[in-house]
Amino acid sequence: MFDRRLIQNFDKGLLFLTLILCCLGLITLRSALLAGGSLQKILYYKQMVWYGAGFFIMCICFIFDYKTIERWAYLIYGTSISLLVAVLIFGKIGGGSRRWLIFGPVSIQPSEIAKIAVIIVLARYYSKIVKQKGFTIKDLIYPFILTIIPFSLIVRQPDLGTGMVVFLIAATMTLFTKIEKKSLICLIIFCIVTGCSGWFFLLKDYQKQRVYTFLDPARDPLGAGYHIIQSKIAIGAGMGTGRGLFQGTQNTLAFLPEQHTDFIFSVLAEEWGFAGSFFIIMIYMVLIIWGLNIAYNCRNSFGTILSVGVTTMIFWQIFINLGMVMGLMPVVGVPLPLVSYGGSSLITIMICIGILMNVSMRRFATD
Amino acid sequence: MGSYPKAIDSGWYKHRLTGAMFCVIGTFLILIIRLFYLQIIEGEEYRRLSENQCIRLQAISAPRGVIYDRSGILLVDNRPSYDLNIVIKDASPLDDTIKKLSQYTNISEKEFKDTLKTSRRVADYKPLLLKKDIDRDMLAAIETHKFDLPGIVIDVKTKREYIYEKSAAHLIGYLGEISAAELKSDQYQGFQGGDYVGKFGVEKSAESMLRGKNGGRQVEVNAKGQVVRVFKTVEAVPGYNIYLTIEHDLQKKAESLLEDKVGGVVVMECDSGKILAMASSPSFDQNLFVRGMNYKQWNDLISNPDRPMENKVVNGEYPPASTYKVITAMAGLEEAVVDEKTSFYCPGYYHYGDRTFRCWKKSGHGRVAVKDALAVSCDVYFYQVGQRLGVDRIAKYAKMAGLGKPTGIQLGQEASGLIPTSAWKKKKKGIPWQKGETLSIAIGQGYNLATPLQMCVLFSAVANNGRLYQPLVIEKALDDQDNIVFQAEKKLVGTISVSQKTMDIVKAGLWEVVNGRRGTAKIIAAKEFDIYGKTGTAQVVSRPAGDDSPKKNIKNHLKPHAWFVGYGIKDGQKIAASVMIEHGEHGSSTAAPIVGELIKAYFQKKQVENDYLPITGL
Repeated sequence: MFDRRLIQNFDKGLLFLTLILCCLGLITLRSALLAGGSLQKILYYKQMVWYGAGFFIMCICFIFDYKTIERWAYLIYGTSISLLVAVLIFGKIGGGSRRWLIFGPVSIQPSEIAKIAVIIVLARYYSKIVKQKGFTIKDLIYPFILTIIPFSLIVRQPDLGTGMVVFLIAATMTLFTKIEKKSLICLIIFCIVTGCSGWFFLLKDYQKQRVYTFLDPARDPLGAGYHIIQSKIAIGAGMGTGRGLFQGTQNTLAFLPEQHTDFIFSVLAEEWGFAGSFFIIMIYMVLIIWGLNIAYNCRNSFGTILSVGVTTMIFWQIFINLGMVMGLMPVVGVPLPLVSYGGSSLITIMICIGILMNVSMRRFATD
Repeated sequence: MGSYPKAIDSGWYKHRLTGAMFCVIGTFLILIIRLFYLQIIEGEEYRRLSENQCIRLQAISAPRGVIYDRSGILLVDNRPSYDLNIVIKDASPLDDTIKKLSQYTNISEKEFKDTLKTSRRVADYKPLLLKKDIDRDMLAAIETHKFDLPGIVIDVKTKREYIYEKSAAHLIGYLGEISAAELKSDQYQGFQGGDYVGKFGVEKSAESMLRGKNGGRQVEVNAKGQVVRVFKTVEAVPGYNIYLTIEHDLQKKAESLLEDKVGGVVVMECDSGKILAMASSPSFDQNLFVRGMNYKQWNDLISNPDRPMENKVVNGEYPPASTYKVITAMAGLEEAVVDEKTSFYCPGYYHYGDRTFRCWKKSGHGRVAVKDALAVSCDVYFYQVGQRLGVDRIAKYAKMAGLGKPTGIQLGQEASGLIPTSAWKKKKKGIPWQKGETLSIAIGQGYNLATPLQMCVLFSAVANNGRLYQPLVIEKALDDQDNIVFQAEKKLVGTISVSQKTMDIVKAGLWEVVNGRRGTAKIIAAKEFDIYGKTGTAQVVSRPAGDDSPKKNIKNHLKPHAWFVGYGIKDGQKIAASVMIEHGEHGSSTAAPIVGELIKAYFQKKQVENDYLPITGL
């Protein structure tokens, strides 16, 4: 039953990358919380517990064969949809939106689970059908429905950031598995049309405001614009080598809003400068390439697409978060993988890493 | 799916993965270029921005809309209030600054230090409140020594001022600090702890109009905390100014008539639903909520048995008593269980089953038909009409007349009253309806409950030949450019669908109440205009049978409530009024004169206005 090759093939490199990012996260969090009172310091210890839980769940994720996930795809998908529905009905309201389900002392964010569920269910679908010329529109109707259900439930919460990530993951996976040229053109037109109508009918006013603010941060200097301006000042002030650990003035004077969650990179960039920020971006890039390489070496099409899916998810979150804090993108609440404070997002990323390890360990296996 | 190959040529995916890797490297390159731009190329500038100054946010709070009566008399205004704040970062050495501040203000150092200790820790550059609403002398002292007091900031805020304290307090309402629950709700998005929001009355129900939109500015400050540069200002948008439908003079009159009484009065324009006056007694001073009150003041307000905080017009539920006979009369005529001429003999009591139901007049009214029965308020007549109708047919007309449900007035929580039916009792109490109970219902006692406002709407509908209008309290709202942004529109919310003949008979009966020889409210008959109405005396608790003790011995809280509801007509203008005095004993002597006075005051003022004569004799 047990194959020794599993241990031989254990992906030490991926584990190493993950550990580096987690350590960087803890150190930066310590710094980001310096300005706060004792209440804030608790967050630091809470995050340590989350890291522990994350590693535990990651281990569970690579113990069993990932092909089991393929069999359970619809069960996982169905469960996550039910949780999304439940959150709209029973969810806890925080900051004007309903995103959390409370189970005793633990609150979970079902939209995070939904991201993985969509990846799994699409990987199953795309690995089952194969067309050399690529998929036609007809082939894509079903995966489209699979994506639009969680997407619309998440946007209803409202959580545009996570909704967008779900959509981007699905779109990237679909593009990766290839779409027939004619269909691709139709799709692009369709996306533009729905994008425009979504802008007018779907987006809440405050979400539109964010986009306007992004285009002109000075427009809303007290709200989102303030975040962007302050974040840019903090990053820029880091200059070449940074102010040094725990020395960030922007951060310690509490200029940075939500510095421990979505804007943690600004703290890091101010204290570590270009050298440090460049290093962490490089680590992220290696992590993504590593994920794609796992897909490359996998000899099973479900495994390949699954790895591409989870890597895509990590990639988009990195890109959106960094783009946001550097003023390249509107402010949408997407945390920085493995570094931002927050349990749900951390666990989700750990699950993704676990899945990657799982596929990597079994790279010798074929269908 | 059987037609597709089971596995794919792995080389095909490998080709795509190579492409994907290039895309990834490309996007990371963009991030790095951006990072390079921010930290290396623009780094100096950002370092300067972050180092020798700070960018701070200063809020500009939006002035709240003021409130006028319908003719433009200012009822609620804003006044400036000066708050003493300290910015710890700029106030160094802190002890020294506090010491000086204490000298100039005559407030002990200890008090300031205690405030600093107990206040929530915020960032050092943020102003921290030391003392709220300081007086002008203190303000002058601080302003003159400003150079000596680094980090001391005077924050000018606007405070609500209720000019005629206690007047229309229940209608206008008051402001209070936003609660934790409100902060969480969607309705108050963008609010912060410490913000003042409407808590009651129009201040609450028209919150979205009055509120305005806060602005702010982003400024660059130097090491001393002085503003060096303003980056961007977003001006605050003032809230809308609101004109109420009430007339200040009539409101004052209504309040003076209620003085020393416990109860409510409301006056309404019949053909528009606009409320002309609404008073509830005892009242309270809304300014207390703005200034803050001590424990004793608060305790006095909430533990007073006369419930000053309750708007008795919209939230007080009372048995409507004989005023309800209008409904029984309409139902009886319309359902043809009686006609105009059907008469019953009243010996002062009525036997039904094994019970004896008494008329309020022991000696009886003799033989009366519907108009006389209304005029003299004969209970025996209505017992028999009620008995013939049954409870459910009476309820049908009561509900048609808007009873048993909120009127829809924009004052937040409104009591709905209660119109019992046999199904209601079965569901609520689990026992079937007793036919004898219908007799009490027919004269407005028993389970029946109504608010003074509901009765006012009902009588104004009678004046309107059946059309029920939603009561309105906000006439219009203007923005700061004086553009009308909201204009009240009358809203038909129901119709009492009875024949014109029925309506005419009932009206004639109501006319007799005031103008008839035997009418129960004949003391308010007037020459210059017509008053129609109905008195009511609502039993609070049934006195033990055989209690014939002299009335003066009855304890006050056992005395019945006094009602009068009616309307006045002059030159086609119709206004309705409803008065309920708790434990006022007699509708005819306690409540009716109030309505008489109000209708008179209103028409006299109208007359004066029409004649362009100076106002006299009001």
